[in-house]
Amino acid sequence: MVPMAERITPSDVAHVADLARLELSPEELELFTGQLADVLDHAADVEALDLSEVVPTAHPLPLVNVLRDDVVRPSLDRRAVLDAAPAVEDHRFQVPPVLGEPG
Amino acid sequence: MSDAVPPSTSLPAVEIAAAVRRGERSAVEVLEEHLAVIHEREHEIHAFNLLMDDHARVAAAHVDRQVAAGHDPGPLAGVPVALKDNLCTSGVPTTCSSRILEGWCPPYDATVVARLRMAGAILIGKTNLDEFAMGSSTEHSAFGPTRNPHDPARVPGGSSGGSAAAVAAGFAPLALGSDTGGSIRQPASLCGVVGVKPTYGRVSRYGLVAFASSLDQIGPLAPTVADAAAALEVIAGHDPLDSTSVPEPAPELLARLGEGVEGLRVGVVAELMGEGIAPDVRRRVEAAADALAEAGAKVDDATVPAATYGLSAYYLIAPAEASSNLARYDGVRYGLRVDAPTTAAMNTATRTAGFGAEVKRRIMLGTYALSAGYYDAYYGKAQKVRTLIIRDFAAAYESFDLLLSPVSPTTAFPLGAKAADPLTMYLSDVCTIPSNLAGDPSVSVPFGTGDDGLAIGVQVLAPALAEATMLRAAAVLEDAVAGNHPGGRR
Repeated sequence: MVPMAERITPSDVAHVADLARLELSPEELELFTGQLADVLDHAADVEALDLSEVVPTAHPLPLVNVLRDDVVRPSLDRRAVLDAAPAVEDHRFQVPPVLGEPG
Repeated sequence: MSDAVPPSTSLPAVEIAAAVRRGERSAVEVLEEHLAVIHEREHEIHAFNLLMDDHARVAAAHVDRQVAAGHDPGPLAGVPVALKDNLCTSGVPTTCSSRILEGWCPPYDATVVARLRMAGAILIGKTNLDEFAMGSSTEHSAFGPTRNPHDPARVPGGSSGGSAAAVAAGFAPLALGSDTGGSIRQPASLCGVVGVKPTYGRVSRYGLVAFASSLDQIGPLAPTVADAAAALEVIAGHDPLDSTSVPEPAPELLARLGEGVEGLRVGVVAELMGEGIAPDVRRRVEAAADALAEAGAKVDDATVPAATYGLSAYYLIAPAEASSNLARYDGVRYGLRVDAPTTAAMNTATRTAGFGAEVKRRIMLGTYALSAGYYDAYYGKAQKVRTLIIRDFAAAYESFDLLLSPVSPTTAFPLGAKAADPLTMYLSDVCTIPSNLAGDPSVSVPFGTGDDGLAIGVQVLAPALAEATMLRAAAVLEDAVAGNHPGGRR
């Protein structure tokens, strides 16, 4: 079992939300902390397994690089792609200032 | 019995295609008959986010012209197909049932969509799902829940609940869904239809909006095993646009469906028949084992010791991959943007407004599992459990050709019953998750009803790339139960 001291706290959840670019209300923070703790407590059932000699698996297939000939071929139409963007300027995606003010 | 021609809405997909190819039915008439059923009941079921009736009428008229000109429109000629709304359709909105993609029109077709069009299928609409395919009830949709056609007070399952409900309600004789932890098989079970999760890599994921890339797989939902097999033959096969696509041609499935199970060794997974599985569900799996034995299979108990730990591993691995995949929704290139003075503030405002609660929960869970200090304890351990599950399946397949288990621990539950308690909802997926972690194929086949009269599916599991053998067993089960289950055959 994960010791209670390591149980996910509201400040952990606030930190994770910040990393994930999500803003939580105080009510959401409390609700999500309890729900995430329940899921993580359940996940502690794997402590019953001996995993010391087990290698991790990231993917069901033995992935290898897929190579192809370097042939020029049509790609997505630039205008069609930019048409889907919320804001564009001179054939580029437009965003608010990145530097200067704190995020 | 009347000699009148039955409406196409009572026919399986393969019979519709055969009749259209022979010129005995018109694709336009088939489409209009299905649209009539949709207009009758869709307001109650809400299977669709979007109906593509205008596109569909043009495509159906084209199929009829091909037939009239002596050309073969393809193996799914004139078959109306419903598409889960996380499959990209060129110029047609694809929302993933999320506010963050509302109104977005992809500039390209998913490979499966292109292959369906090439095969003469008629795409009739985009079906509802749990937002970004995260859920087991289709209640986590930004556009409202889908209801189970057999009892509208109950959920259809999820996340491909709209696709399963569309097939069960007779809106379409074929639908595509995606399955990351059971999202095709569980709604198929709850709606009384057939649902196939193919081997990982069997079907191209190009144009499937990513949830958890090492687990996601597209597959068919259909009234019959033959319909699902026909669809899989069309959508499977190598695709250079997906680097995880298995470099094999589409398997031959339909022609082998009748080969039976004589001599096949079938194991009932003991770990998935215990606590937490409703007694009536267990009884249907036992009955399915008996039916396979009667058809000549050698049935015995099998053991996959790590199987039940799959749930814990999955609910760390899938959110971890999701937290990375969903980082792309930042208000820059497509979808929703909520304006703010800086880019970072715009990213946060957009994601906060655009994602629903379940998606936020999973993104945070995944971010936490991957974060410094917790990676080894959670994500690393989950990846090791994944290895154990793969090993345990490999060991089981030394003694067995196929495995058998429940799909869902219960029949369809009432709307709202689990919506407030994520962990309880996650437990719905305990029997379906192991196949995704292993990358192996599995199918949910309707096999009678529970004590409440609602549909129960049983799961046939197979080793990688053994879809043909798996579907032979599914066909035997379908024959054994014919005329005795509520959904599927209409």
